[in-house]
Amino acid sequence: MTNVLVCVKRVPDPTGEVVLTPDGLRVDGRYAGYTTSAHEEAAVALAVQVAEPSGGTVTVLSVGSEDSLEQVRAGIAVGATDGVLVEADADLLGPADVAEAVAEAVRARSDAGTTYDLVLLGNDAADTGDFQVGVRLAYLLDRPVVAGVQTVAVDGDVATLHAEGPEGTEVYEVALPAVVTVLEGGVSPKYPSVMGRMRAKKAEVERMTWSGTPGGSGREALTVPEAPPSQVTVLGEGPTAAPALVAVLRELKVVHS
Amino acid sequence: MSVVVLVEVEEGRASLVSRETLAFARSLGAGNLHALVVGSAPEAVLADCREAGVVVVHEAADPALERYAAAAWAAAVEAAGRAARADLVVAPGTGRGNEVLAHVAARRGLRMAANVVAVESLSPLVVQRQVVGGAALERATVPSRVRLLSMAGHAVEPTPADAPGEARVQPLAVAVDPKDLRAQVVRVERREQGDSSGLTAAKVVVGAGRGAGGPDGFAAVDALAERLGGAVGVSRVVTSLGWRPHHEQVGQTGSRIAPDLYLACGISGSIQHWAGCASSRTIIAVNTDADAPMVTKADYAVIGDMHEVLPAVLEELG
Ligand SMILES: Cc1cc2nc3c(=O)[nH]c(=O)nc-3n(C[C@H](O)[C@H](O)[C@H](O)COP(=O)(O)OP(=O)(O)OC[C@H]3O[C@@H](n4cnc5c(N)ncnc54)[C@H](O)[C@@H]3O)c2cc1C
Ligand SMILES: Nc1ncnc2c1ncn2[C@@H]1O[C@H](COP(=O)(O)O)[C@@H](O)[C@H]1O
Repeated sequence: MTNVLVCVKRVPDPTGEVVLTPDGLRVDGRYAGYTTSAHEEAAVALAVQVAEPSGGTVTVLSVGSEDSLEQVRAGIAVGATDGVLVEADADLLGPADVAEAVAEAVRARSDAGTTYDLVLLGNDAADTGDFQVGVRLAYLLDRPVVAGVQTVAVDGDVATLHAEGPEGTEVYEVALPAVVTVLEGGVSPKYPSVMGRMRAKKAEVERMTWSGTPGGSGREALTVPEAPPSQVTVLGEGPTAAPALVAVLRELKVVHS
Repeated sequence: MSVVVLVEVEEGRASLVSRETLAFARSLGAGNLHALVVGSAPEAVLADCREAGVVVVHEAADPALERYAAAAWAAAVEAAGRAARADLVVAPGTGRGNEVLAHVAARRGLRMAANVVAVESLSPLVVQRQVVGGAALERATVPSRVRLLSMAGHAVEPTPADAPGEARVQPLAVAVDPKDLRAQVVRVERREQGDSSGLTAAKVVVGAGRGAGGPDGFAAVDALAERLGGAVGVSRVVTSLGWRPHHEQVGQTGSRIAPDLYLACGISGSIQHWAGCASSRTIIAVNTDADAPMVTKADYAVIGDMHEVLPAVLEELG
């Protein structure tokens, strides 16, 4: 039985145009909407893949405001068992704070009888991109950690993990319990079924508070760099532009023969 | 002030981002530039270090470090930091660089700033760093006894130092705690199938996005890539819809490419896609929308349906 905890962060949808709040301190997600990172979606899918056949559970956890319940429930809709919301203003926390809040929640759950064999996180959050929470968490829990993982398989007390390295796919065999940070690409994200959505609406989400004092992220300002003026040369419209395009290819010397 | 830079070895020399990181660290006015190489440093890496103005190369060649283990590499960074009496450690902002630095930060109870593009002040450390996948910059104060930062790729040029450094090799003893090997690579499956190295090394990449229309919309894309001796690269929409495999994805969460020519067809050019193709020497966009970011950021563009334009291009090429 493998129990998995997955950490997801509510973030303004980063695929649209980035709009800042008037104080220039936050990304304003009111227009683009909110989501979680693609890596965290992959982590949820991997967690379900690992836990389900073993009869284990998947808990989705977020550190954030009441609104983050939406992201926790989205995880439950695609197969997670239950959720935890650690109530806090995530914008006031730095990566070390989040790691401590998650570690505290893991310990609290353990005291209450649920131990997590695996904690999965995204490799990096889609907004702040600190690349740290998972590694810091592992040290707080004194567990091994592997970053940038794309596939996870568990056999007994050992997890086999695949990550892309500079020379090929790197394989890890790590004793559980362990912490793993996930990069998208090794698993297809899951889409919620109608049943899943209904379950998510009703599912129990435990609320916790973090007892620590935030050290903060050190953020002083955000700016959106201006796009340099367009320098594009339009070669034409439709298939009639083909000769002009091929002329450019020849000029660039990328056409051989 | 003394600084240690983690240098990653790629194909026998210091990786491009490592060379950029060395140039950046030097520009911070660090008179005493040290490099750390894990494993034995090939001559070409030492030459890169000399060119970058490195004074000492700490070589951590302990066999225990042979197979990658982030925690053990972090122990090597700590040892190099002590040997160099460094108050600043800079890593390349790669997956590995960020991972190792995060370990150092967690072990020493330090703060760390990832994907920095500029340093405004060293004490306290004030940086500009990329957030939201590069769509925004954050100004942050990251006070720390030892300053830890990773350098965003391609934010600076890997320029040589005015005067080369000595790059004296100094063997570095690292006490590797068995605990630091709990998560260690057990084997590497060399790339063949599902290979993205063809994509990252290609001189020409023909890209396709949602505009391809479906899994059957790539015939002309494949044919053109073949005709130009290049590779196919795709957007995430294409991989997440299962039209093409993930190893062909270009972008923040795919491969970063730097070909002579990137011909991007039916790709809108989101910031996350751009993160992977911005280093292309020349970009040509084919898109039905003249206002798509891919078009406005490109060097050349054809406004039109890729399903009409690409066959015409193939015919013109003969
Ligand atoms: C954390 C995160 C990481 C991400 N990482 C990546 C990444 O690594 N790589 C990546 O690509 N994306 C990534 N994305 C997704 C990214 O934000 C965009 O959603 C994606 O790149 C859009 O793909 P697209 O351009 O193919 O599709 P769209 O944005 O839908 O654009 C399609 C384009 O095709 C044009 N078009 C339509 N039909 C035709 C036709 N017949 N002929 C010519 N043109 C046509 C349209 O005008 C439009 O410009 C990431 C997102 C997040 C949140
Ligand atoms: N507020 C949060 N709540 C839950 N998980 C988080 C939070 N912030 C970060 N994480 C997790 O930590 C990962 C890495 O974040 P970061 O180190 O900030 O880039 C994310 O992908 C999430 O899985």
